[in-house]
Amino acid sequence: MQVNENKEFRPRIVAFCCNWCSYVGADLAGSSRMEYPADVKIIRVPCSCRVNPMFILRAFERGADGVILCGCHPGDCHYSTGNYYARRRMTMLFSMLDYLGIEKERTRVEWVSAAEGAKFAATMNEFIDTVKNLGENRKLRDLRCKE
Amino acid sequence: MQRIGVFVCWCGSNIAATVDVAAVAEAAKLEPAVAFATDYQYMCSESGQSMIKDAVKEHNLTGIVIASCSPRMHETTFRKTAQAAGLNPYMVEIANLREQCSWVHKNKEEATEKAIVLMRTAVAKLTLNQPLIAGESSVTKRALVIGGGIAGIQTALDIADAGYEVDIVEKKPTIGGKMAQLDKTFPTLDCAACILTPKMVDVATNDKITIYSYSEVEEVKGFVGNFTAKIRRKARYVDEELCTGCGACTEKCPSKKNPNEFNMGLDNRTAIYIPFAQAVPKVPVIDAKNCIKFKTGKCGLCATVCPSNAIKYDQEDTFVEENYGAIVVATGFNPIKLDEFGELGYGQIPDVITSLEYERLMNAAGPTKGHVLRPSDGKKPKKIVFVQCVGSRGQSCREKGYCSKICCMYTAKHAILTKDHYPEMDVDVFYIDVRTPGKNYDEFYRRAVEEYDVNYIKGQVGKIYEENGKVMVQGSDMLGNKQLTVEADLVVLATAIEPDETARSIGTMLTASMDTNDFFTEAHAKLRPVESPTAGIYLSGVCQGPKDVPETVSQAGAAASKVIGLLAKDKLVGNPCVAGSNPLLCNGCGQCANVCPYGAISYVEEEVRGPGVREVRRYAVVNEAVCQGCGACTVTCPSGAMDLKGFTNRQIMAEVDAICK
Repeated sequence: MQVNENKEFRPRIVAFCCNWCSYVGADLAGSSRMEYPADVKIIRVPCSCRVNPMFILRAFERGADGVILCGCHPGDCHYSTGNYYARRRMTMLFSMLDYLGIEKERTRVEWVSAAEGAKFAATMNEFIDTVKNLGENRKLRDLRCKE
Repeated sequence: MQRIGVFVCWCGSNIAATVDVAAVAEAAKLEPAVAFATDYQYMCSESGQSMIKDAVKEHNLTGIVIASCSPRMHETTFRKTAQAAGLNPYMVEIANLREQCSWVHKNKEEATEKAIVLMRTAVAKLTLNQPLIAGESSVTKRALVIGGGIAGIQTALDIADAGYEVDIVEKKPTIGGKMAQLDKTFPTLDCAACILTPKMVDVATNDKITIYSYSEVEEVKGFVGNFTAKIRRKARYVDEELCTGCGACTEKCPSKKNPNEFNMGLDNRTAIYIPFAQAVPKVPVIDAKNCIKFKTGKCGLCATVCPSNAIKYDQEDTFVEENYGAIVVATGFNPIKLDEFGELGYGQIPDVITSLEYERLMNAAGPTKGHVLRPSDGKKPKKIVFVQCVGSRGQSCREKGYCSKICCMYTAKHAILTKDHYPEMDVDVFYIDVRTPGKNYDEFYRRAVEEYDVNYIKGQVGKIYEENGKVMVQGSDMLGNKQLTVEADLVVLATAIEPDETARSIGTMLTASMDTNDFFTEAHAKLRPVESPTAGIYLSGVCQGPKDVPETVSQAGAAASKVIGLLAKDKLVGNPCVAGSNPLLCNGCGQCANVCPYGAISYVEEEVRGPGVREVRRYAVVNEAVCQGCGACTVTCPSGAMDLKGFTNRQIMAEVDAICK
């Protein structure tokens, strides 16, 4: 999971998935046996709007190399409007992170419905590739948390 | 300090083949909060569950982590197990090792590494879990059915049969839906009207059922057990109470040249009309766009001839608000529009028609009194060509990717009925595949081929054009390996079906999820096929996916039984994972109420006492019965006073930390 001379770089990726669409989409990717790298770990949240920008800052601080937030498609939010809030908040946060030196490619919001297992797997494959190409993230990292 | 038990499930070989389950259990033992860890073949089995219960007692556990399949699968199962073991049901966390680990990864080493991280994440979260107690809410013992086709009718009848009140909202002037337009039904060739119209009458006479015809659901608020719907009753300009359905108005109406929707525009109707003879309610409606009175202000003939003074030109849309415990979506389907299929000549060549139009042509109450006559010259055709899969099973954006399911069977039905009435007629069918799974379906299709001598040609049609008064059908014959041009008198296109155009807006209104084709998504494709993922919303008929009549009726019954199961409860146990604000931190700014989609947040002023604080303060209070637990307020709160039980800031932070460790 770290940069090692002999080993391939394995990014740490945190995915926040809303309980109603994207988490189900991720489950569907599983039951359809669609492969994606093990570098991504999913945190289940009730809605994409539950994701506090602090969680994402914390992830980068603790050594994440990429963070992706998945929610229902606009208009399909189980709670009607949650994903709109998430979209606004993340737009603000990601541009701030970009300013701080965390490339825009390391952060992403993606809409994945409960029926889109294939999209979930494809998104993860693509996102992990992107982050791999960027290499390890060193910005915002809290050195006390590192070995 | 928590004493956590970790139970790693093999799920047979589903998890164990890719994840070293024993290693996960060993790794768990190293976590400071973990008092006990083990692995077992099937945690969800009876013996697996009793193992958990025993371990809770033996090791005095305060919470359990199950590393198994998705929480959507067995979270409730294990919550019940925890409860049976004397724990709070919310002291359970699931690490998803199957759907999100073993099934998506192949490398055992990597999968095991990930599984350990997922287990640690769940342990980290559980360490911060608090016991939660679910609130209760009442159930309004009344159901709303949106759509009055056979799906809606059957659902309503079944719910009413159990003794509950049901309202049907139908946007058309009559219930009956598409089935009312059909002539016969496969594979038994029962007359559709003969089996449907008695059901329509049952609905009308059932005192538990209220029909809101020519009405639309405008707004839905609330949650399972406690929905409130606003229904717009469109002005039909005829008083439903006074009208006796005598039909004098429809006979005298001078505006007679309006396309008749019921007959698919193959003939005309008057501006004031009853869609068809057995309509329920049998009350006419004025089509204001074509009514002379509405257009010019002169006429009013219908009001003059009406013996019961039921015509009301000044009627306006009215609204009904009603409370419901459950909502059934039965919005049905429509054949797709063929505008983008120019090469098939539909709309340009009068003798190219759709199957639903052909259905009307064959119907004794249809525009030709049941005689198959060409729309162009009213002559009897000598050769009919049926083209299947028009717009179904396609790859391009104008086509649907799915199989419309009913077309193979109704085309066989059309072919048989045609040959039955007119044995001398030639019938060709172009098909890609003939799909006839279903009781007595394949036998029916074989009768068409073997007994009735219908000529089935495997191949697709590329072009339909007119030449010398004939309709030329150009297609391929894949079995004969040649290109064909068939000279026909009438061409019938088996058009793909798609969800009704209102489905999307209804789905949004109900926050019920839909797939990319606008079919409603079921809560589980196999195990919960008639429920929407949104609690209290049920699916009946084609709104969920293409279906024929028998399948629709069985699904309607299934949806009804689910509704009855809900309405039979006096109390619903709510979701305890709701928001709550800390009065010591809240400054009553009002941001949270702004973002709450349910209006669950209000503010009170009260004396607050805390360390170093003693003052009158305004702070937010969450109505736990109304809160659905989305968490929008928690992120909006500038002072961090608002938190979501079960998904607290600290819990999610702990998960993030565990993943990034």
